[in-house]
Amino acid sequence: MYLDDQFRVKVGLAEMLKGGVIMDVTNAGQALIAEKAGASAVMALERVPADIRKEGGVARMAPISKIREIMQTVSIPVMAKARIGHFMEARVLEALEVDYIDESEVLTPADEEHHIAKRDFKVPFVCGARNLGEALRRIAEGAAMIRTKGEAGSGNIVEAVRHIRTIVKEMKQLTVLGPEELVAESKKHQAPLELIQYVAKHGKLPVPNFSAGGIATPADASLVMQLGAEAVFVGSGIFKSDDPEARARAIVKAATYYKDPAKLLEASEELGIGMHGLDIGKLPESELLQTRGW
Amino acid sequence: MPTIGVLALQGDFEAHEKAFQQAGARTVQVRAAADLDSIDALVIPGGESTTMLKLIHAESLMEPLRQFGLSKPIFGTCAGAILLASQVSQPEQDSLGLIDISIQRNAYGRQLQSHVAQLDLDGKPLEAVFIRAPIIRRTGGSVRVLARHKGDPVLVEQGPHLAATFHPELTAGRGVQILFLEKVRTCAKN
Repeated sequence: MYLDDQFRVKVGLAEMLKGGVIMDVTNAGQALIAEKAGASAVMALERVPADIRKEGGVARMAPISKIREIMQTVSIPVMAKARIGHFMEARVLEALEVDYIDESEVLTPADEEHHIAKRDFKVPFVCGARNLGEALRRIAEGAAMIRTKGEAGSGNIVEAVRHIRTIVKEMKQLTVLGPEELVAESKKHQAPLELIQYVAKHGKLPVPNFSAGGIATPADASLVMQLGAEAVFVGSGIFKSDDPEARARAIVKAATYYKDPAKLLEASEELGIGMHGLDIGKLPESELLQTRGW
Repeated sequence: MPTIGVLALQGDFEAHEKAFQQAGARTVQVRAAADLDSIDALVIPGGESTTMLKLIHAESLMEPLRQFGLSKPIFGTCAGAILLASQVSQPEQDSLGLIDISIQRNAYGRQLQSHVAQLDLDGKPLEAVFIRAPIIRRTGGSVRVLARHKGDPVLVEQGPHLAATFHPELTAGRGVQILFLEKVRTCAKN
């Protein structure tokens, strides 16, 4: 593992976000609502994933003025998204001093072969993953936090569940294998042996593992946390609902009391109808965001 | 063996549990006022102090925590130190006021200013991880400073309570946990 001081402070901030909710926001007003509701961080982006899906076009890093306005408005950490492989968007966000960069499949990829070489940066990165191999490749590149991808902007939890279950199952499987089998697993997962060995020994990733993509209700947040996610990202689920403030508060509560159905009931009591969801099975392959990146 | 409760509303509470178990304590997670009845001392972990504060208010935990602190030790790290302080700035926010310090949030700057430093604790070296850390700007007369970094107090105690602006749960040494457990034992005797 690359446990130099720089990597440790990157992972350190991810540790502080555990048990919390990171909310997508597009302006200072939304950021303030998120902070007041108890978000542990906000993610600045130009459009929430549901709108990117609907409007199409190229989705890029958010306008700097918007990100700066959000940074000046809230005291919690501010993250921002950069396109996959777009290391110059990332350099700009680093110069702006955002607290975390999400190299995100939600934006239009800038490079179809290479992700950003994230270890070269002082700012920490979070990346999406659908399985263990993808997670470990991102960590090898320098990601200090992993989030399962789910299907962003869908309001449908099925893909987030699939991805967290896959990663947790693949990690469990490694813990019972012998050293020579781990070498074969390294090949199978297309991930560095060193990281495969780490997971086999500890039964978990060397960085925090959060969940994203389709969380729309308090029960959704609780579900993925029961399955092993250590915190949640909520994108369109909050600001595409009828009741952003109440829903944001309820999801924060659900992340804390994810094992307690009575508290979840209490959290869900005042909520109306959530965002309109999509049937993933009816989406054409070309509209899936999760298949971006490798 | 003392039982240390760790406030588990948000943040790195699991890292604290592991650290105190390694230092020889039993740990339980605290999410409600009733959980305070069965513990000898409380840890308020690192995390986002605004988030924890919302959840503390939502669960009406402010008064029970304050009452607990009148008779039992509390140890706060980073966000926990902010919650223990008597005065919080940048922005101003509510706190328990159990340690007479004024503390400024995110005082080193943003994440790019997070860093690892070597401190001196009672003549012994202590590695300290600072994550978007606060700075203690004032200490009251009854507060004792145990360690400093660049001249600012970073580990302080008042009566049974202990506060660190860094994260002793994220480094390998268990000196700070052992120090707190000694305070817990002393408090139990009195």
